[in-house]
Order: sequence, then C-alpha cells, then structure tokens
Amino acid sequence: MTVAAAQVVVAGEARGPVLSLDEPLSFWGGLSAESGLVTDEHHPQTGACLTGVVLVMRAARGSSSASSVLAEAVRLGTAPAAIVMIHPDEILATGAIVADELYGRTVPIVLVSESDYPAVAAATHAVIAADGSITVS
Amino acid sequence: MPLLLTDADAAMLAGDHGPATAMAMRVVSRVAETMGAAELLSIEGAHIDSCLYHGQSGIDFAAALAADNARVRVPTSLNVSSLDLLHPDLYRGDQETARQSRELMQLYEDMGCQPTWTCAPYQLDDRPSFGQHVAWAESNAIVFANSVLGARTHRYGDFIDICAAITGRAPAAGFHLDEHRRGEIVFRLTGVRDELLDHDALAPVLGYLVGHRAGPHVPVIEGLAPDTAEHRLKALGAACASSGSVAMFHAVGTTPEAPTLDTALGGRPPVDTITITPADLRQARDELSTASDTTGPLGAVSLGTPHYAVGEFARLVDALGERRVAPGVEFFVNTSRDVLNEVRLRGWERELTAAGVQIVTDTCTYITPIMADVQTYAMTDSAKWAHYAPGNLGIDVAFGSVDDCVESAIAGHLVFDDEMWSDR
Repeated sequence: MTVAAAQVVVAGEARGPVLSLDEPLSFWGGLSAESGLVTDEHHPQTGACLTGVVLVMRAARGSSSASSVLAEAVRLGTAPAAIVMIHPDEILATGAIVADELYGRTVPIVLVSESDYPAVAAATHAVIAADGSITVS
Repeated sequence: MPLLLTDADAAMLAGDHGPATAMAMRVVSRVAETMGAAELLSIEGAHIDSCLYHGQSGIDFAAALAADNARVRVPTSLNVSSLDLLHPDLYRGDQETARQSRELMQLYEDMGCQPTWTCAPYQLDDRPSFGQHVAWAESNAIVFANSVLGARTHRYGDFIDICAAITGRAPAAGFHLDEHRRGEIVFRLTGVRDELLDHDALAPVLGYLVGHRAGPHVPVIEGLAPDTAEHRLKALGAACASSGSVAMFHAVGTTPEAPTLDTALGGRPPVDTITITPADLRQARDELSTASDTTGPLGAVSLGTPHYAVGEFARLVDALGERRVAPGVEFFVNTSRDVLNEVRLRGWERELTAAGVQIVTDTCTYITPIMADVQTYAMTDSAKWAHYAPGNLGIDVAFGSVDDCVESAIAGHLVFDDEMWSDR
C-alpha cells in the first residue's frame, strides 16, 4: 500500500527495511554516528542499528546536538536511509539540510498522519518517493 | 505558503554579503520553510551549541562560514565544548580529538562569539529579557529562556544557531509566536510531602516525568511553590528536555506567562490533566538509576548538569561543612568560568578543593573523558546527567538529591534518604 505524506520536511528518494522505534530517540546521547547503533541505555531498542533503515518513530526528543549527529552520520555513511515521523522536529531537519549543503547527500524526512502511522510502523520495507509518498510492504 | 523574504533577507540569500552569509541565510530559510513560517523575524541574541565537537562535519560547516569572514550580527554566547580550557590536565581523551575540538572552538570565537563555554547562558549577567526574540540552541537553555525568562526562542539545533546569529534572522514560527506558547497539558502535583516540595530533588524528577508524558504538548505544572527558585526551574526544564522534546513549560504562579492556570492555557481547555502522586515520582526517580547493585563502593559523584549556579555552590559548601570526600571517590562539579569566578571571590574554591571536590569548567563530565573508569556506579543530582551518562560513558548511575550525593561521597558508599519520597 502507499501512504501520502502529511508533510515533506526534507525531500528525497529512499528505500530500506523499516525499523520502528517504540519510543522517541534523541540522536545525541542516543545514537553513535560512528557505528549507527542506538546507545541510549534508557531506550527499549538500545543496540539497534539504524544504518540504511527507514527509521519510523512518532517523535524525536532531547538534545540540540541531534542535528550534528545526523550530519556526521550522513558524512560517515551510517545514517538511516530516511526518517518517518508524526511530529515535526526542526533539529533533525536542520541536520538533514546541512548535510545536503555540505556533502550533497541527505536523509529524507517525511511526516505522516496519526491514522497512517501504524501501517508504516508495522511494515517490513518502505520506499519513499520524491513527493514524500511511502509505499510499504 | 511560500516564505516571504525582505529585501535585506533576499540580498543575503543572493550572496551580496558573501557566500558564507548566503549559506547561513539558505539554512535559515530552508528550516523556516519546514516549519511553515510565513516570514523571518529579527533576533537580539543567540546561543550556539554547534561549538561542541561531534566529528569532522562540525568543522567542515564552521570552516565554510569562517573562511568567508562571516561574523555574528547579534551578541552570541557559546555552549560547552569538549575541553576544560582552565583545567586542561583533567582531559583523559586522545590528543587528536582534543586538537579538533579546540579547532572548532576557535572557529566560533573567530566568528565573534563570546567564549562563555556554558550550557547555562541564563546565569550570565547579560541575559534575554521578557518578550525578546533570540535563537538559542542547547535544550535546557531553550526551555529556560522560554519558560523562566519569557524570552522567545524556538527549539533550535546545531548549525541553525550560528546561521541565525550571522544573519540576525530566525523563522517567525514555533515558540516565537503566542499561539504555540500556550499550555496544553496540565500536570497536577498531589499528596507530595512538604519536605519534598521544598527540596531540590523534586524538580529534576518531576521534570523527567513531565517530559516523558507531555508528548508534543506544552506542559503546565500546578502545585509548585510560587517562589520556586531559578535553579530548580533549571533542573526541571533540563530534565523534561532530556526525557521529552519540551521547549517550554508553565508553572502556575511562578513562570511569567502563567500567573493563573487559565492564563497559562490561553483560555482553552487542556488536552489532558494528569495527576502526579508520590508513587509516580518514586517511579520516575527509580528510572533515573541504572545501577542495579549499589552495595559496593561509590566510584564518583557529578553535580552541575546544567552548570551549577552560585547559589548551588553555597548549598554544596554548606552541606559539606568541614568534612572530606572519602578516598577513592572522585567528586566533580561542572560550572561556567563565569560562575567559577564568583566562587573564587567567595573563597569557596579553596574550601571545595580541600574537601576533595574538583571543579570542571567549560565542559561537562558526561560529554568528554574526565572521570576515571567507574567500575561500580556514579551518583548525580541531575536527571539530565543520569539520563545521558550511561549511554555516553558506559557507566551505571544512581540518582539522588544533592544531600544524598554529599553524604554518599563522605561515607564512600550509597546513602539515600527515602523518607521524603513517601506518601503524605
């Protein structure tokens, strides 16, 4: 099935296996840019690898440094392929925009509605199109 | 709705002030578009988080700005970095990281930022006043600016902070606007003992709980004392910006935009009202401790996340009295060089050193290797430190009040006052 984006925060095409987080994550203090692994000891999915996945989480949280961690992960090639959320997060958006400015590579960020979220979160694979629509399987 | 730029904005974007200013305006306007802003607004100050080293991308970005001699247009303070420039011997990390951290710091100084190196810029003499628009990064500083000072900043992250400072412009959106500052979800304290209500330990735990449960909503807290001290509001805000994404809270009768519950809510009904009981607080407090075994010797204590204020040092000096920290326990207090100056003038630095306390400035013990390997567990009075230190440092943490931390440090093992957390 295909889900329309509620908002395209940062445009771009991407595909990958879906990794759905049970709780919001702060990229700083929660994700290692070197390894792509979740390091937040308080997070239920600590130890998960976010590299190349379509990361699905309701919201982000925490630190202002998350934009730096995302940009650094893009530079190192450890970043998620895309991020799908319900609630916008300007800190992650800034990281994706600056990665594009510096390296011409980015992480598409797409918002979906509360009603569409469960289908995306439950999927195993997702393809993000340039218009932000998400085809899940 | 397309973003409407003024002629001056458009000139910056077009490169009239050089490629660095053009890039800064491009970042500001792209972020403004993602926020749905109709226009940009002028800011009167900025606080930069981008000066903390996370890798080569930070240097690449700052160097691209600084290479073109970009300068900040508004008074701009700098957040913590990875290095304590006043106590360089404390650093246990590798020299290459230290060199890159210093290079990044220098780039921001070169752009005209003030070398304040603190996560608590609201403790500097010159801080934003009510209603002023600023662009602040550092999650705890954002909450404090909005909630306690009544200044207006959105929840900015690294990179856009310096771009806003260079252009003097920020998106007219989010927490800059009245409509997003109204309280939406009420947290009502009930059944909490007076002893805890009047104790520093309540604020970080309450904040941690509020951050978890507020979701995207602006929280309104009912039940705090009207004269709740700034350092407690600081601890509360830092905690809810760690467990959640809170950029502003209201405390009814305390914070400037919440003289009454109705005013805080902007005259609208809340989306939810959540009652907070002592049992809820005990659960949140226990979530802050990752150490499952606290029977062994205490390894270290870290206070001052966010940076300790002068009043907090007074309390610490008082709590220590003439006593000394037990051998084998490292005891750190993080603060700004500005506050350290005040501490020195009062003669407290000498007293604290004699008691076995190490003051750390310009940085913080959970972002850079300063502490020795803690084999057992470390204690803190900070919910933010307790939240991040296990992941950042790979250590176990036991949360406690400042009194618990001091008594434990002197005893050399965990001492914890559970009584005040019980039901009334």
